[in-house]
Amino acid sequence: MMKTMNILRSFAVAAAAGLAATSGALAAGGEVKHPEHQHWHFDGAFGTFDQNALQRGYQVYETVCSNCHGLDLVAFRNLGQKGGPFYLDRCPEGFPEELDCSNPNDNPIVKALASKYKYQVVDGPDDTGDMFTRAAIPSDRIPGPFANEQLARLANNNALPPDLSLITKARHAGPDYVYSLLVGYEEAPETVEIAPGQYYNPYFHGDMSQAMKPEFMHDGHPVDGVKVPVGGVLAMAPPLADGIIEYGDGSPQTVEQYAKDVTEFLMWAAEPKMEARKALGVMSIIYLIILAGILYWSYRKIWADQH
Amino acid sequence: MSHASNYQPSTGVEKWLDKRLPIIRMSADFMDFPTPKNLNYWWTFGGILTVCLMIQIITGIVLAMHYTPHTSLAFESVEHIMRDVNYGWLMRYVHANGASMFFLAVYIHMFRGLYYGSYKEPREVTWMLGVVIFLLMMATAFMGYVLPWGQMSYWGATVITNLFSAIPIIGDDIRTLLWGGFSVDNPTLNRFFSLHYLLPFAIFGVVALHIWAFHTSGNNNPSGVEVKDVKKDTVPFHPYYTVKDGFAIVVFLILFAAFVFFNPNSLGHPDNYIPANPLATPPLIVPEWYFLPFYAMLRAITFDIFFIPAKLGGVITMFASILVLFVLPWLDTSKVRSMRYRPIAQMWFGLFVIACLALGFFGGKPPEGWYVIGSQIATAYYFGFFLIILPLLGILETPKPLPRSISEAVLKKSSKPETSAAPGVAAAPAE
Repeated sequence: MMKTMNILRSFAVAAAAGLAATSGALAAGGEVKHPEHQHWHFDGAFGTFDQNALQRGYQVYETVCSNCHGLDLVAFRNLGQKGGPFYLDRCPEGFPEELDCSNPNDNPIVKALASKYKYQVVDGPDDTGDMFTRAAIPSDRIPGPFANEQLARLANNNALPPDLSLITKARHAGPDYVYSLLVGYEEAPETVEIAPGQYYNPYFHGDMSQAMKPEFMHDGHPVDGVKVPVGGVLAMAPPLADGIIEYGDGSPQTVEQYAKDVTEFLMWAAEPKMEARKALGVMSIIYLIILAGILYWSYRKIWADQH
Repeated sequence: MSHASNYQPSTGVEKWLDKRLPIIRMSADFMDFPTPKNLNYWWTFGGILTVCLMIQIITGIVLAMHYTPHTSLAFESVEHIMRDVNYGWLMRYVHANGASMFFLAVYIHMFRGLYYGSYKEPREVTWMLGVVIFLLMMATAFMGYVLPWGQMSYWGATVITNLFSAIPIIGDDIRTLLWGGFSVDNPTLNRFFSLHYLLPFAIFGVVALHIWAFHTSGNNNPSGVEVKDVKKDTVPFHPYYTVKDGFAIVVFLILFAAFVFFNPNSLGHPDNYIPANPLATPPLIVPEWYFLPFYAMLRAITFDIFFIPAKLGGVITMFASILVLFVLPWLDTSKVRSMRYRPIAQMWFGLFVIACLALGFFGGKPPEGWYVIGSQIATAYYFGFFLIILPLLGILETPKPLPRSISEAVLKKSSKPETSAAPGVAAAPAE
């Protein structure tokens, strides 16, 4: 009996290991540099979002990313929800007592961000049947830079900047990937020819064998001693540079800090209910463990006369 | 082993109802069912699976209230559930991870049936109904994965529905019927949603038959020896197994919760957070982990077999891998049920488990080089196990002596250090 149990037990462990190995199925294509692992404030069972980082990250998105990328699934009101970048427990000094600023629609910061946002919202039709633009209000989704895909491509050398609402969940090792891509731009190796308007990045998924200079290739393979570089090319120029955004809280104004903050913000945008999820998870697991203990004790007691 | 009823209607209402619709009697008999006293933790997965089915149906009904089955709205309606519906994120993560947990449990349940010979006479019908449930589960899970209309949803649906076109003569018509048109599009999504809502209730019905069947034959047990003396060999299902199953279910739920609350996306594919795009094929289309062994068998047939083209060969192999389970009760010639008394069969069974895990591994890799050869070897072993090894072993192998009864098996064991009651055993699959 002991032996069969050992066999079955080891198969269960092997199954779990096999599961772990297969769930991260690899993608085909060219080699790509593995994203740099970062420590995130939201890592782990008790990880939360750092509200200051979220605010700075929103600033980076608003100043830089939003020139090309939309955030279609996020509304201004989300910014003021519990766990969001601009959530307020209570109103700041000088607001009427009866105002509830924890309600995102009354949150003065959110209202100001919406009304002063760089893009306006298309609304309508009005009474004369025309569409019109107006300033955003908290209930509006954050307006994107382009009205449609065609305009986006026209403005971007026929490349389509992806919407960023879910980007940190839509890539393997999402947050690490976004961070690595943003800070990882490099001079292209001399073995490849990069077309104008294209930029080399070792973390971007692509196939650099297509970009090899002919003198380094022979019969479709690189000549001896030459390797096809990892990574790929993309139409996005390195978007960040030291000092381009002024932080109000004295945080370092470096590419790394910008990238880290905007990644944290985008992780929040992709998973705005993460904090509630983990908090409920901790309580659920504690509850289940206690319940398991009680049931195990009951089991021993009920079976006592049978053993 | 339908047992004599011990139910005594005590109140007037109960007596009245008992003459007209003996539903309380049926429930009482169910709770009272004489169950072998030696069932170990591998037997708790039946109860775990019932809980999985209920969780999927309840969360699924709530999700359907907020989901929109239209190609231009489906993806966003799922995100609406995640962001704006109260506890919508919980419903969706429980439902999505619940599918994985359901398959994890069903695979353990099936391996348990294989190891302890639960498919053998007189439980063939129980086993075959189980295979029907498994098939229905696969269809339901596949169609459910299509509903969020992400990249993997769309391309998975494209790959799998295209398989049917390999069937000679009627293949193209079947595919058109599945699609509701000439490609995977809105009609496909609509019918998949409709069927995804329907099939779980079909599963529920077959589960009832599955339980009815083994309540007629009686449970198998780790010794594989039939109940000889109900008094000595069995205990009533309640409270003995309600409490044991209850404990195992809660331990399983801890694993479930660990995924839902702390790693909700680890079993899914990131590409499914990209909205479906018929113009952009993902670099590698892979199904969910629980389909990978079958996907590997599908792709293992890279060569034509006589007049059968490789594509059709792959499809036949994949479907045959499940159909062979239907005839398993007649393939295994051994009269001894439990492999506890079949040391040689145990070894081959261990290899079979390894082959299944290997198929799962190869299914997630690109179909090239050693991955193909590996999956071909594992596929060959998978079929060899059922078609050659089990039929021959029954004739060639000399089993160890069987205990005369369940109580003897229990007594013999309890003179040694206790094993089956060790709580760690239940936790093992959770690791």
